[in-house]
Amino acid sequence: MNLLPYTIYFSFAGAVLSLVAGMRSAATARAVALLTTVACWGLTLYAACGFTPSSEMLTLVDVLWIPQLGIRYHLAADGISLTLVVLTGLAATAGVLFSWNIEERTGEFFAFYLALIGSVYGVFLSADAFLFFTFYEIAIVPKYFLIANWGSTSREYGAMKLALYSFAGSALVLAGLLWIYASGPAEGFGLGQLAQAAVTMGHREQLAIFALIFTGFAVLAGMFPFHTWAPTGHVAAPTGASMLLAGVVMKLGAYGCLRVAMPLIPAGLDFWQPVIAWLAVAGIIYAGLVALVQDNFKFVIGYSSVSHMGFVLLGLAAANPLAVAGAVLQMFSHGVIAGLLFAVVGRMVYERTHTRQLEVLRKMPLHRLMPFTAVVFVLAGLASMGMPGFSGFPAELTILIGTWQVSKVWALAAAVGVLIAAAFTLRVIQVSFFGQANSAALPSTPDHPLAPVTWPERTGAILLLAATLLIGLKPDLLHNWIGPSLQSPLMQAIWSGGAP
Amino acid sequence: MNSFPLLTLIIFIPWLGALLLAQMSRAHPKIIRGLALLFSLSTLALGLVAWANFTPAAAGYQFVEQHRWISFLNVSYHFGLDGMSLLLVLLTGLVAPAALLASWKIERDTRLFSLLLLFLQGSALGVFLALDFFPWFIFWELSLVPAFFLIKLWGGPGASRAAYQFVIYTIGGSVFMLLAFAAIFAAVGTFDFVELAVLAQNGGLATKMSGPALTAIFLGVLLGLAVKVPLFPFHTWLPSAYAEAPTGASMFLTGIMSKMGVYGFFRILWPLFPAQLHAAAPVLIGLALGGVVLGAFAAMAQTDLKRMVAYSSINHVSYCLLALFAVSSCGSEPARDSVVPALSGALLQMFNHGLSASALFFGIGVLEVRSGGKRGLNDFGGVRTAAPVFAGLCGLAMFSSLGLPGLNGFVGEFLVFRGVFGLAPWAAAIGCLGLFATAWFLLTFWQRVFHGPVGPGVAGFKDLSGLEIATLAPGIALMFVLGVWPQLLVGLFNPLVTAWSGHLP
Amino acid sequence: MSYSYSLLARALLPEMMLVAGALLALTYDLILGRRHTLGERRSAALWIGATALVAALYDSVSIGVLGPVYGHTLRLDQLALATRVGVLGLALLTLGVAAGVKATRHPAEYVAIILFATTGFTLMAAAQHLLVAFVALELASLSLYVLAGFDKDRRESAEAALKYFLFGGMATAFLLFGFSLIYGATGELDLTRIALVLGHNKMTLLLALALVMVLVAFGFKAAAAPFHLWAPDAYEGAPTPSAALIASASKLAGFTLFLRLLWPGLGALAGDISTAGNTGGWLTLVALLAGASLLLGNLAALAQSNIRRLLAYSAIAHTGAMLLGVIAAQIAGAGPLFYYVATYGVATAGAFGVIAVLETNGGGQKITDLAGLSRRSPLLAGCLAVFILSLAGIPPLAGFFGKFAVFAAALKVGGVAGPAGWLTMLAIALSAVALYYYLVVLKQALVAAPAPANSGRIRVPAAAAFTLVVAAALIVVLGLFPSLLLNFFELRPV
Repeated sequence: MNLLPYTIYFSFAGAVLSLVAGMRSAATARAVALLTTVACWGLTLYAACGFTPSSEMLTLVDVLWIPQLGIRYHLAADGISLTLVVLTGLAATAGVLFSWNIEERTGEFFAFYLALIGSVYGVFLSADAFLFFTFYEIAIVPKYFLIANWGSTSREYGAMKLALYSFAGSALVLAGLLWIYASGPAEGFGLGQLAQAAVTMGHREQLAIFALIFTGFAVLAGMFPFHTWAPTGHVAAPTGASMLLAGVVMKLGAYGCLRVAMPLIPAGLDFWQPVIAWLAVAGIIYAGLVALVQDNFKFVIGYSSVSHMGFVLLGLAAANPLAVAGAVLQMFSHGVIAGLLFAVVGRMVYERTHTRQLEVLRKMPLHRLMPFTAVVFVLAGLASMGMPGFSGFPAELTILIGTWQVSKVWALAAAVGVLIAAAFTLRVIQVSFFGQANSAALPSTPDHPLAPVTWPERTGAILLLAATLLIGLKPDLLHNWIGPSLQSPLMQAIWSGGAP
Repeated sequence: MNSFPLLTLIIFIPWLGALLLAQMSRAHPKIIRGLALLFSLSTLALGLVAWANFTPAAAGYQFVEQHRWISFLNVSYHFGLDGMSLLLVLLTGLVAPAALLASWKIERDTRLFSLLLLFLQGSALGVFLALDFFPWFIFWELSLVPAFFLIKLWGGPGASRAAYQFVIYTIGGSVFMLLAFAAIFAAVGTFDFVELAVLAQNGGLATKMSGPALTAIFLGVLLGLAVKVPLFPFHTWLPSAYAEAPTGASMFLTGIMSKMGVYGFFRILWPLFPAQLHAAAPVLIGLALGGVVLGAFAAMAQTDLKRMVAYSSINHVSYCLLALFAVSSCGSEPARDSVVPALSGALLQMFNHGLSASALFFGIGVLEVRSGGKRGLNDFGGVRTAAPVFAGLCGLAMFSSLGLPGLNGFVGEFLVFRGVFGLAPWAAAIGCLGLFATAWFLLTFWQRVFHGPVGPGVAGFKDLSGLEIATLAPGIALMFVLGVWPQLLVGLFNPLVTAWSGHLP
Repeated sequence: MSYSYSLLARALLPEMMLVAGALLALTYDLILGRRHTLGERRSAALWIGATALVAALYDSVSIGVLGPVYGHTLRLDQLALATRVGVLGLALLTLGVAAGVKATRHPAEYVAIILFATTGFTLMAAAQHLLVAFVALELASLSLYVLAGFDKDRRESAEAALKYFLFGGMATAFLLFGFSLIYGATGELDLTRIALVLGHNKMTLLLALALVMVLVAFGFKAAAAPFHLWAPDAYEGAPTPSAALIASASKLAGFTLFLRLLWPGLGALAGDISTAGNTGGWLTLVALLAGASLLLGNLAALAQSNIRRLLAYSAIAHTGAMLLGVIAAQIAGAGPLFYYVATYGVATAGAFGVIAVLETNGGGQKITDLAGLSRRSPLLAGCLAVFILSLAGIPPLAGFFGKFAVFAAALKVGGVAGPAGWLTMLAIALSAVALYYYLVVLKQALVAAPAPANSGRIRVPAAAAFTLVVAAALIVVLGLFPSLLLNFFELRPV
C-alpha cells in the first residue's frame, strides 16, 4: 500500500526516460513506456492484494508542503481510489500496447502519455484539495499535445476544445475551492478542513460553491450540456490517447465530483440533486440518440462514452451508498470497455482500413477479414450495452436500484437509456463488421491485404476483456473495497444530506 | 439435495462445448459437427438422469445448488429444478440436437454456427433452471446474442433487419423487467425467486411497496416477458425473425426460446404478482385471445410457409398463456377441477408446440433445400408423390399441431380448453375460433403443397435422406407416444400443478 | 533615528558595484576594446556586466536585512532584499538573453545602461523616501528609454523608444505632481512620517487628487489598462533584451516601489473594498485598473498574430492580476505579490530569450514563425513550453502557484461578495480564456511542422542556452517548492 505513491513518481520518471530514449530509438522508448506502465500497474495490484477494506482513508504520505497556506503533500487511498488506480494501471498498460505502432516522434508521444498517467495517478491518490487540483490541471497539457500532435481528423480543433473545456472546468473548481478557503476558518486545503469550513458558511453560499465545483468537475466527466468536447476530442485523439481519455480522464471528473464536490458541501448536493440527475438523464438519452445516427465509427463510440458517463453522474446524483457504489463500478467498467472499443476502432480497424466511415466499412466483409477483431468488438459491444456477465451490467443495475430509491422517473429514463445503448451498439456492430455478412456471394478481398493482428493488440484486447468479464461475474471484488469507503466520515455527510 | 452439481453440468456442458469448438481449427467441419452434436445430446442424457432421480411428489425444487455469489447485491448462485423445469430441459434436449442435425448441411462457417447453437442451448437451459434473478437474467439476455448472429449471418435476405428488430424488441422489454427487479431489490433486498415468492405469499412485498409502485413493477416484468413470448400485440418482431432465420435457428427459436417467455410467466410473474395478475387478467385474457385468434387468421393470410408457421406459433403459445390468465382470473375461489387441467394443458402445450412447430420448420427447411430456396404456399404441389416419407412425417407434425386426437397436440389443447371453459367460458368459446382457423390453414398447407398436381420442379424432389429422417423421427415418434400416453409427462408435473391449484393466491 | 554614513555606504554597496561595473565596461571597451572584433567586445562587456551583477547579488545577500538606513531614506527589509535579489537575477537573465542575439554596434554601452537601469531598480526596491523613490524611478526609466531605442538600424526601435519616452515622461509628470501634492498635504517626504500624519487626518480633496495622480503614473509605468498604450509598441519594437528587462525586472522593482508607497505610506487612505459600495480610497482605483487590465489584456491578446505583441497584452493581463496582489497585500502581505511578479518576470524574460535566439536565426515576429520549433531545437521548444505554460498558470510551474496565492489572498479581502472577490472570479474566468492564446503559441512551437524555408536546426549560443535552462529550472523548482520564496515573507498585513 505504501508503495502506491511510486506510481506517480515512476510515471513521471518514465516520461523523462522515454523522452531521452526516444531520441535514440523508438523501440527503447516503447519498452520504457511498457515497462513503466506495467510496473505501475503491478504496484497497484500489489497494493490491492495487501488492502484491508476500511472506512478510513489510508494515508500514504503526509508532509507539510507549503506551510504559508497550510498546504500539505498528502497522498491517501481508500477503496474508491484503489479501484480507480487499478483501472488506471490496466488502461495505461493496454493503451501502450495499442500505441505500439506510433513511429513518429515515439519518445515524445510516450513522454506525454506517461506524464498524463502520472498526473492521473496523482489525482486519484490526493487527499489535499490543492494537490488534487494541481494534478488535475497537470493532466490537461499532455492531453492537448497527444491529440494535437498524433491525432487525426481535425485534431487541432479537437485538442484545443478539450483543453479549453477542461481548463474552464478547473477554473470553476478553483473558484469554488478558493471561495471556501477564503471564507476564513480553513487552515489549509485538506478535504476535511475544507468540509468543516464549508459547513459554517451561509446556505446560499454553499449552494453556489457546490454548483461551481461540481460543474467544474462534471465538465470533464462529460455532463450534458458540457459534453461536446468529448466526442470531438475522442475522435481526434490517437488510439492510445482516446483510450486514456475515455477510460481514465473522464473518470477524473467524476472522481472529483465524488471526492471533492459532494463531501465538501453535502447541502449543495441536496439542493442541486434534481438538476444534476436530469442533466445526467438528458446526457444518457441525448448522447445515445446522437450515437444512433452517426456515420463515423469513432463518433459512435465517442457519444457512447458520454451516454455511459451519464450513468455515473446519475449514480452520484442519487446520493445513496448503493447508487454511488454503482457509479464507481461504472467508472471502472466504462474505463475498461471504452478503452477496448476505442482500441478496436482506432487501432485495429482504422489503421488497417484507413476509414472510419460506416458506409465504407459496411461494404467490407470485415468479420471475415479480421475475425479476431470482430470477436473482440462484439464482446466489447455487448459489454458496452450492459449485457449481463460483463462489468457494465452489475454497475448499471446497482445504479438503477439506487436511483429507484430516490426517484422512479429518473430510473425509468435511465432504463430507456439502456435500451438506446443497446440499439446504437447493435447497429454499429451490424454495420461495421457484419455489413456484408449475409450477402450471397463471398465478397472479393480488398485491394490491399489487411495487416494481421499483432501481439501487442492481442494482449491488450485480452487483458481488457478479461477485466470486464472478471468484474462482470464477480463485482464483489471491487465492491468489497468500495463499500466500506463509502462509510468514511466525509462520505457520511453525503448520505445525511448535509445534516451534521 | 445432493452434492453432485447436476444442474451446473446441464447448463455448462453445452457452453464448454462451444468453448472447445472455438479452440478448434475450422478445417474439419465433420469433427466439429460431431462434437457439437455430442455436446448437444448431453442435455438429453443429463435430463434423463435428472428424470430418473426426480421425485415428482416432492414439493419444491430438487437438485438445488446454492452458493453465495455477489454479497452486496445479495445474489446467490441458485439453481433448482421442478417438474416444469424438467419438462423444458427435456424439450431442449430434444429440439437442440434436432436443430443441429437440421443444419448438418450448412457449409459456411460450420464452426461458428455450431458454436452459437450450443451457446444458445446453454443459455436457454440456464433460464429454465436459475432461481435467482441475477443468473436468470444473464442467461435470458445472453441467449439473444447467439440468436442474433444465427439469424443475421445465416438468415435470408431480410435477416439483418429482422435480427436487429428481434433483439431490440426483446431488450426493450427486458430493460423494463430489469428496472422492475431493480425496484424490487430496492424495496426488499433480494433477487431470489424463491424468497420473493414467499414474500409475495405472506404479503411482505405488498407492505414494502406502495400499490402503484407494485403495479408499475408488475407491468415492467409483464412487458419483458410478453415481448419474449410474444403476447399479442408485442409479436410484431416474430414473423420476420422466424421467417428469415436459417432452419436450425427457426427450430430453436420457436421450439425453445418462445418457451422461455412462457416459463417466465409461470415462474416469475404469477408467483410474485398474483394480485396484480388477477386484476389484469381480463385484459390479458383478451390479449391472449387476440394471439390465439388473430395469430391463426394472420397465418391463414400468409403465402410464405415460414411466416405461416411463425404466426401459428403465436397462436399456439397463446394457448398456454390463455390458460394461465384464465386461472388467475378466477381469483380466490378456484374451481379446482378446472384449474388443474388448465395448467397441465398449458405445460403440456409448451412441450407439444416445441415438438410440432420445430418439426414444421424443419419440413419447410427441407422444401427450401429441395426447391432452391422457394417456400411459397403455391410454389409446390404433389410433393407427396415425389417424397412420400417426407410427406408422411410432415403431415403427422401438422396434424399434431392442429390437434388431431391421438396425437399429442390434441391432449394439450383439450386440457387447456377444458380448463378454460370451466373458468372463463366466453374465452374458451372465442378461442375455438383459433382452433378452426388453425385447422383451416394447416389443411390448406397440406393440400397445396403435398397434394394436387405435381408442381414445377417438384417431380425431381428426393425423399428424405437418412440424416433428415433421423432429425425428424424422434419428435414424430414422441408425438405418437404422448398422444396415447400423455401421463408419461403429466406425471412429472402433476403434483406441482396440484400444489399450485392448492394455494391459489 | 540615525544618519550613519557608514551604514548608508554599506547599504548601497550593490549599487556601487553596479555603477562600477558599468564604468568598467565602458572604460574597457574604450581603451582595450577597439582592437577586438565586435563579438569579442560584446562578450567582454557581458562578462563584466555579469560579474558586476553577481557581485551586487553577493553584496545584497551578505548585507541582509538592515532595517531603516540613513534616517528613513532607505529601508532594507525582507521585501527590499528579495526585490534586490530578484531584479539582479532578472538582469542577469537579460544579459543571458542579450548573449543570444546579434551584437549591437555598441555592446559596452548597452551593458552599461542595463547596469544603470538595474541600479535604479535596486534603489527602487529600498526607497522609503519620496525623492529617493522618484530619482530611482527616473534613473531606471531613462535607462529603459535608451535601451528601447538602442537598435538604431530599425525604425520600430526608434518608434518604441519615442512612444515609451513620451508616455513615460507624462507619467513622470503625474508622479511628480502627485508627490508634491502629498508633500503639500502632509509636509513630509518620508513614507513613515507621511503614514503617521495621514493616520490622524481625513481624506481631503487635495489628497484625493494626489492619489489619482500617483495611481495614474503607476498605471503608466506598470502598463495597466487604460494606460497601457505604449506597451505593445515598446515590446514589439525594442531590442529583445530590452523588452525582456522592461517586462521583468522593471515590473518587479515598480511593484515593490508602489507597494511600499501605497500600503505603508498611504495605507490610511486605502479605503475599503471588502464589500460593495464602500469607496473613497485608492483601493477602488487599483481595483478599477486591475479589472480593466485583466479584461483588456486577455481579450486583446486573443487577436494577436505577433508574438511580441501577444506577450505585451499578456503582460497587461498579468498586470491586472498583480494589481489584485497589491489589493491582497492588505491581508497577506507582500509575499504572494512578490512571488507572482518575480516568477512572472523569469517566465516572460525567458520567453523573450527564446524569441531572441529565434530571431537571430532568421525568424520573424509572427507566431507562425515558431512553427516546428520542437524539431528545429528541442531545447528552445522545451524551455518555451515551460515559460508559456507558467504564464498560462499550469501547475506545477511557478505561474500557477503565483496565481493561486494571489487569488487566495485576494478572496480573503471580504470574500466573494466584495469587489475584490468579483475581480478574483473575473481573473479566474479569464485565465481559461488566456489558455487559448498561450496554447496557440505552443501549438506552433510543438505541433506544427516547420516552414520549408525555415526548417534548419537552430544553434543556440551556449550562454543563452545556459540562461534559458536555468530560468526554466527556476520556474519548475519555484513552482514545486513555492516556500523557497514565500519563506522570506510573513503572511500578515503590510
